[in-house]
Amino acid sequence: MSVQTTDYVASEIRSPVGFLANRVFIYGALAFWAFICLFPIYWTITTSFKTAVDVTQGHLIPFVDFQPDWKGWRSLGLSPDSIFQTSTVREEFFKRFMNSVITSVGASSLAIVIGSLAAYGLTRYRYQFAWFKNEDISFFFLSQLILPPVVLALPFLVLYREVGLLDTRIGLILLYTLMVLPIVIWIMRDQFNSIPVELEEAALVDGLSIWGAFFRIVMPIALPGMVAAFILAMVLCWNEYFFAALLTSTDAKTIPVMVASQTGSQGINWWSMAALATAAIAPLAVIGIALERYLIMGMTAGAVK
Amino acid sequence: MADQTTNAWPANAGPADLISPGRKQLGFAVMAVATLGLLAVIALQILYKSEVTTLGFDTWRPIVYAYILWGVALAVGQVLTRGEDGQRALFLLPALLFTIAMVIFPTLFGFYIALTDWNLSSFAGRKFNGLDNFWQMLADPYYRNALFNMVLYVLAVLVEYVIAFGLALLLNAQIRARKFFRVVFLLPLMLSPVAVSWMIGKSLMEYRFGPAATLARHLGWDNPAFFSNPITARISIMVLDAWTFIPFMMIMLLAGLQAMSRDVLEAARVDGATTWQTFWQVTFPLMLPVSVTAVILRIIFKLKLADIIITVTSGGPGGATDSVSSFIYREYRDRSNVGYGTMLAMAYLVLIVVFVTWLLKFANRFVRNVN
Repeated sequence: MSVQTTDYVASEIRSPVGFLANRVFIYGALAFWAFICLFPIYWTITTSFKTAVDVTQGHLIPFVDFQPDWKGWRSLGLSPDSIFQTSTVREEFFKRFMNSVITSVGASSLAIVIGSLAAYGLTRYRYQFAWFKNEDISFFFLSQLILPPVVLALPFLVLYREVGLLDTRIGLILLYTLMVLPIVIWIMRDQFNSIPVELEEAALVDGLSIWGAFFRIVMPIALPGMVAAFILAMVLCWNEYFFAALLTSTDAKTIPVMVASQTGSQGINWWSMAALATAAIAPLAVIGIALERYLIMGMTAGAVK
Repeated sequence: MADQTTNAWPANAGPADLISPGRKQLGFAVMAVATLGLLAVIALQILYKSEVTTLGFDTWRPIVYAYILWGVALAVGQVLTRGEDGQRALFLLPALLFTIAMVIFPTLFGFYIALTDWNLSSFAGRKFNGLDNFWQMLADPYYRNALFNMVLYVLAVLVEYVIAFGLALLLNAQIRARKFFRVVFLLPLMLSPVAVSWMIGKSLMEYRFGPAATLARHLGWDNPAFFSNPITARISIMVLDAWTFIPFMMIMLLAGLQAMSRDVLEAARVDGATTWQTFWQVTFPLMLPVSVTAVILRIIFKLKLADIIITVTSGGPGGATDSVSSFIYREYRDRSNVGYGTMLAMAYLVLIVVFVTWLLKFANRFVRNVN
């Protein structure tokens, strides 16, 4: 923990040796942690190109240690030679993939819509419902965050069966919306608080209605915050496993459930598991790298005053 | 639902007197009809399900539609009766109705299920059995073990915090390729815990050929079985979970570091403080509020820990790694024991509500005392 923000430390250390040692330590630590973050991903991707022998002998470097093979991807029906043939596994995979896309996009969108509206109302107006004031209503929404999925899972299992929503994407979307709503409200409240009220006051004077001011003036300004909340919600929904495992069986199964159910009784097909895991994490890895700015914006909302 | 919007802003609105009595009456009529309609549909369905009448629906789904329609009618009624105030209420209404329907009702229902003897795989169906589940829970050594594990898992957050703080300091130092390192460090958070459990837990830490096991052998650990002994298995689960979630705290702490004013650090340096002193006497106290937020949020997420345990160890060896969530999950999955499982979940809910409330109070006082 002795590493300090170096822009002022560096100037303090006079001797070039000390400076060099400092640099070496910092870059060493950075490289070490980067290795810890990247190696499992590297391992997964390379394993999807290994044959059984290469896996059990622990070969690591393609073309040096072992000859890459499309085996894992072929078993998914996604290798170059099998992509044009019919493959039930591939169909299954795409079905699960679409389920994941639809549920996470659907839930995030729904949460953004109702969450932004609520956050806007809570930052701009004063409500009172019985003895509940704004702070209580905000607390009510945010307190949903501590509700563990396991508390809702069993009642929902029973309720969904009665309502006919078990194993449907709508059912998952509703639950995921509930799961990310507190986070969306948290982020959006922070966003709306940073927009000056004078803008809407001017809009109202110019004859816009309350909702007109919201849609025409406030929303365009708050859009980056909405994108941030949306991306964060997407990540959480895409990776959700607990509800999906309990509430879906055949139709609405999502990617994480498919990945988890592969570890069958007769040993593990390492290569196809690796290919599947790679395909499951690839979309989010791409989103994470491309939209990292928004993710960070979402995660740090309200943390620093 | 008579939420009164007191008219705080803007000051020039005084719409109450602009609404004609006819419009007001229409609004009340809409809300009344909708409420009666909803109640009637529910009553009808209850009668049908208890086989008093033959008229009704096969599933309860129409009740959901009726609730949505009732919500729409309520919104229309608000606008009709209260004009602009009603329009303001519309911002809050969807989220409120949604959350109430999705949380309050299932939780209450859950408390009821918790008091029943209900096994989905038996023909007997649901039977009210009072507090039997509760007494069974108190005597259940596995549940106690799972609760104890949660304490250990939560304590592991402190170690994660130290690492996350170190990483945040590294990223805040003057380095090249800062954006590259930030993206790389953030990456684990994006990956699905299930895929991570497979990648690391099942494959990388595999006893025979996993690179982690090979490395451990090279370092002199003869028998690197990460998941066979209770203590190492717990530590392995903590490591897996830490790997995914350290970036979360790291990003929050980094934001805190970047928001810190340079002048204070500059002043400390001018006063002749060493790096070590500056950290403990300036940086760390200033970072305390952010740290507390990050740690509390992380603990809240930690209390939900389940995915990794379910996929990697399924609670093994012998329930040693079980979190409460994964234990209840198996109680349902393997034994279809809905009644007992729900009792466990509800007891857990009460425990963590008490714990988190205490934690928030304690953290508040802690931050105030130090500053």
